[in-house]
Amino acid sequence: MSDPFVTIGQFIKELLIGLGLEAALTAVLLRIVGAAVLGGLVGAAAILTIWAERKLLARIQDRIGPNRVGPYGLLQSFADVLKLITKEFLIPRGADRYVFIMAPLVVVAGVIGMWAVMPLAPGLVGTEINVGVLYVIAIGAIGTLGIMMAGLSSNNKYALLGAFRTVAQMLSYTVPMLLTLLIPVMLAGSMGMSTIVEAQSSAWFILLAPLAAIIFFISSLAELGRTPFDLQEAESEIVAGFHIEYSGMGFGMFMMAEFVHAFTISALFSVIFLGGWQGPGVEAFPLLGLFYFILKTALIYFVVIWLRGTFPRLRIDQMNAFNWKFITPLALVVFMVTAILDKLVVQADFNRTAVHLGSNAIIVLGTLFLLRAYAASQRRRKEVADRPQIQHSEAAGD
Amino acid sequence: MIDFTGWPANRGQRGFLTLDWLFIGTILVVGAGMAALPIALNVIIGPRKPNKTKSETYECGIETVGEAWVQLKGQYYIFALIFLIFDIEVVFMFPWAVAYDRLEFYMVLEGVLFILILAGGLVYAWRKGALEWV
Amino acid sequence: MTLAQLIFLAAAAVTLVAAIMVVTSPRLIHAGLWLILSLAGIAVLFILLDNGFLAVVQVAIYIDAIAILIIIAVMLTRAVMSDADRQINRMGLAAAFASLILLAGLLAMVLQVPAASPAPLVEAEVNLDALGRALVDVDGFILPFEVASVMLVAALVGAILVAMAPARGD
Repeated sequence: MSDPFVTIGQFIKELLIGLGLEAALTAVLLRIVGAAVLGGLVGAAAILTIWAERKLLARIQDRIGPNRVGPYGLLQSFADVLKLITKEFLIPRGADRYVFIMAPLVVVAGVIGMWAVMPLAPGLVGTEINVGVLYVIAIGAIGTLGIMMAGLSSNNKYALLGAFRTVAQMLSYTVPMLLTLLIPVMLAGSMGMSTIVEAQSSAWFILLAPLAAIIFFISSLAELGRTPFDLQEAESEIVAGFHIEYSGMGFGMFMMAEFVHAFTISALFSVIFLGGWQGPGVEAFPLLGLFYFILKTALIYFVVIWLRGTFPRLRIDQMNAFNWKFITPLALVVFMVTAILDKLVVQADFNRTAVHLGSNAIIVLGTLFLLRAYAASQRRRKEVADRPQIQHSEAAGD
Repeated sequence: MIDFTGWPANRGQRGFLTLDWLFIGTILVVGAGMAALPIALNVIIGPRKPNKTKSETYECGIETVGEAWVQLKGQYYIFALIFLIFDIEVVFMFPWAVAYDRLEFYMVLEGVLFILILAGGLVYAWRKGALEWV
Repeated sequence: MTLAQLIFLAAAAVTLVAAIMVVTSPRLIHAGLWLILSLAGIAVLFILLDNGFLAVVQVAIYIDAIAILIIIAVMLTRAVMSDADRQINRMGLAAAFASLILLAGLLAMVLQVPAASPAPLVEAEVNLDALGRALVDVDGFILPFEVASVMLVAALVGAILVAMAPARGD
């Protein structure tokens, strides 16, 4: 095999066995070391992405951004870490000490855990389990739990309100996310992440299921709590939300988890809908796959930052209605149409991509039509409601 | 002494999954450790000068009135419940989606019917006004 | 002792201790959090049985949905922060007696099962595939599958009726 990653793995394994270790013990040890390395790398990547995000956001807002520490402010994050680590770690009176300290641990572990099944390049994946997609969603939702723990233990009303806002939002948007994830699983015939990437060698799933991809992207933004869904940290309403009572590194860890999560969601999107490490020349040079994967992830991450710099925040009732009355029904329709059409396409031997693109276009048109009709009816209702009121006030004034 | 011989490493054999999951268990522990270490350092290095005002809970400058734990409104419960029901339904659908390629057409329709019934539940919730944020 | 046995013992111990804490913890919220740990321990047990799917389902449904639902339900009650009354009331003895009878019954049943023989496990991927087929196969579980959907919708309707009722009364 010309696969460098498998070769390196084999080499280390044989080296250890040659040193007199048992084969089974070596396998176990390699797993543990590999997990530690992967987790550490993801955490280290956060330092870079925080810088990238701050710099990009600054440019969007016509600022310069960090530029004092190191070249182009690259070392800004290290300075921040140093600053946070020398601050006092406060635990407010009446707080639930153990739960309070556990909360950031749970949040970070949930986010890092998502990388265990992320295929980085052909042959380079933490571990390929046959329930990868469901695992990512399940472990990602552990973060919800951590946020709830933070809110419950802080003994602060803002923290509690912020936490439950977050929980309500995350729970709600998991529904369309899961529904749209059924489509790639259906197309790939597997829940394994590497298998999903391999199934996209001919066509990326964004071509077969563009609407599902968009719905997935929107709901993962909401899951992330990024603009326009950053209600949990609405400064003007609930000050900072669930992490209001955290200082020093407790706060730092929540921030790190958020940045890693943003990056992780981008990676997840590129794996499931953009073909992960697929790209020209990957068969010959598997290392190129890693480059493609990072490139696609960076692209999606850029869009996430771009949205953050562009959109205002939604109101909580808008956030809620948008999910339950728009995204979820749409996801249900897209899922049903795709499921039926894909089976018919295989039987009738049509062009699969064309059929799916066409059906998605029809769904978009239908949705727009429905929205138009709804807006028109709302306008009419408003006119009807406004008219008698004006007459009323005039009568009362006279 | 721990015996590792019960852990074959060939895919598909008994115990292989466990080895995969060992990786996941480790990465979760590493993740928690990556948060625990800086916090521990912070507690050690950082100053510790607690005083009464400092350890008060934050409340925009005025003192907190009453208990911090306010009673939530029932709305949250309804949304959590709707989520739970959708979650269970979708989990049922995942094995179906895995087997999709090898299903007959009528089997696909059955899966769609399953989701359709669920959609009926959503429509009911909508009509009853359970989806309004009040 | 193999590593798998070691992990099993640890997971079983965590599950049991957390379960005991659920019923003895004086604060309702703490009981809810201990319940989550207990459920996580069960997920590890599923993994040790080579069933990753059930483990993930355990996390996705029990921890991510049901446990959070329970905590939200606790938050709906008044005076959640304060400790509850004594953990044992005058029915304690009767309850202990009832659980002993239940334990005896369960033990009697478990002991009737012949000692587990290490059956060859089918490959996991095939397993999931077969499960998916069986759910919608006419010769499989198609009726329970569709009935499950109806039942879940019935649960949704019931919950909305119950939860919306006070709002109408106000």
